[in-house]
Amino acid sequence: MRNISRRTAVAGLASTTAAMAFQPAAFAAAKKIYDLVPIKVADGIWMIEGATEYFTQDNGGAIVNCTLIETSAGLVVIDTGPSLRYGVALRNAIAQLSTLGVAAVINTHHHPDHFFGNQVFNQIPIYALEETRKLAETEGDAFSDNMYRLLGDWMRGTEVTPPNKAIASSSLSIGEREFLIYPLEGHTSSDLAILDKKTGTLIAGDLAFLDRAPTTPHANIAKWKESLQQLKAVDAAGIVPGHGIFDRAGNSLNQTTAYLEWLDQSLRTSVTEGLDMVEALESSIPEEFLAMGAMPQEFQRSVAHLYPDLEREILPLTNR
Amino acid sequence: MQKLIIGIAASLFSTIALAGDDTRVVLDDPLKTGIFSYHQKLILGDPARIRFDDRVVVKAPASAEDSLNVPVLVDATAIPNVKRIVMFVDYGPIPKILTFYPEKADAKLSFRFKIDQATPVRAAVETRDGAWHVGHTIIDAAGGGCTAPALAYASDDWEEELGKVHASIWPDRGRVRMVVDHPMDTGLAGDIPVFIIENLQLDDSSGTKLARIELHEPVNEDPAFTLYFAKGKLKDQIRIHGRDNNGNEIDAIARAPVTQ
Repeated sequence: MRNISRRTAVAGLASTTAAMAFQPAAFAAAKKIYDLVPIKVADGIWMIEGATEYFTQDNGGAIVNCTLIETSAGLVVIDTGPSLRYGVALRNAIAQLSTLGVAAVINTHHHPDHFFGNQVFNQIPIYALEETRKLAETEGDAFSDNMYRLLGDWMRGTEVTPPNKAIASSSLSIGEREFLIYPLEGHTSSDLAILDKKTGTLIAGDLAFLDRAPTTPHANIAKWKESLQQLKAVDAAGIVPGHGIFDRAGNSLNQTTAYLEWLDQSLRTSVTEGLDMVEALESSIPEEFLAMGAMPQEFQRSVAHLYPDLEREILPLTNR
Repeated sequence: MQKLIIGIAASLFSTIALAGDDTRVVLDDPLKTGIFSYHQKLILGDPARIRFDDRVVVKAPASAEDSLNVPVLVDATAIPNVKRIVMFVDYGPIPKILTFYPEKADAKLSFRFKIDQATPVRAAVETRDGAWHVGHTIIDAAGGGCTAPALAYASDDWEEELGKVHASIWPDRGRVRMVVDHPMDTGLAGDIPVFIIENLQLDDSSGTKLARIELHEPVNEDPAFTLYFAKGKLKDQIRIHGRDNNGNEIDAIARAPVTQ
């Protein structure tokens, strides 16, 4: 950590002086550049695949999947990444996909890794559920503080840009391409899943994770599981999970459901046995879940998110 | 008003600076935070016998995911005859978190607290002969935990919840877990005065004191504790009682879960 901040400082100094020539190697290593490559996953649909990690100074917060969909009006961009710099890199990386540019942006939910690239697209419609728009407005600044703390220079210039258009209908039509809108909840209190009618591709947002541990800072596990049931019923031809590789077999929905069931059960058992959070942090994690990206950190974060409420629910009231 | 506060703060600071300059025992702080000697003098009363001791184990997550609810477990059971355990942070507007008097309990306690910035958390353990043993862990944090208003005020019915005790005991495993509903206002959030539980005590059914905790402002909203006992020491029920600084009484009887 200390090394990186010193390196960043060196880079900052170098860029503002002619000293660059004296440390070419250090400067190159310190350049923070997102390497974004669109991968074609269906007819007219690409995804940019994020690292299945937590935010680090190495990955610059590029841990999220973004989806690009071609329409006759231009591209639809679903989720925009963690920073202004990512938004710029995203715009550049997708320029070759359509001569028409970007027609619209959609945010699946209000977590910072999914909408902090919006700044680049603030002249065009940025759609989201109304509740997501409100949450992005009220919680955006606090997210921003934490993102600057975690990612440092990667965040430079990033300003919170909430979605500017609410989706109230059950379908959305952009440039003759039709999308079905699923307003769901569970990962947060407002999660949007989108089905491309043409290809049957489901963009699931963070309701679905694949081989990357699901995150729970605003989760309601019971509602999340219900939403996953609804998404299974969609029977999509392919799924873009919020984090993890493109899913052609529905594994992301099954794996996320299985993980949430285990997580809930594990924490309930710990509460029922009177364990403190520090003791619950040391719970054993089944191999299949331990193999997921960002483990055991996400389990540990989940203990912090979910344990206090479970205790209030499970421990009996004892007043005289 | 602000000038007055700055004045008070400045005079307090100079007092601290004088106070910290000369501890009776000069310790070589392994963390070299530069402030430990002040706490040694002002929180622990400048004891004549004090040392850092690996037998005092403090466990917490390396990073605070929720700055309002940082879990800590202190375990000094490797040290015999513990009289009290004082928990405090090096860096924070109110350093002292709590004092635990184990009495009949093990010298081990789990609790949660509000963290205001990245800081070492220290456990100073006093034995009955007056000697102090100090352990620590370090917690990274985004901060702000002490200066945010209690979440309870987001709901209208917080007064009805005040002092409610969610608790169970596990006699066969020597364990008490309790969560007491209380805002635990630090006085540092705008226009909200200090409002905290000051004292919680556990008694057995014959009225014998089992353990006691003195709480300070940094203890989390809805304080949550696990206390540990030797097997057989807990019977079928215990009494949990205490009061806050506004005189509200807390009184509960915790029992073993029915399933046991």
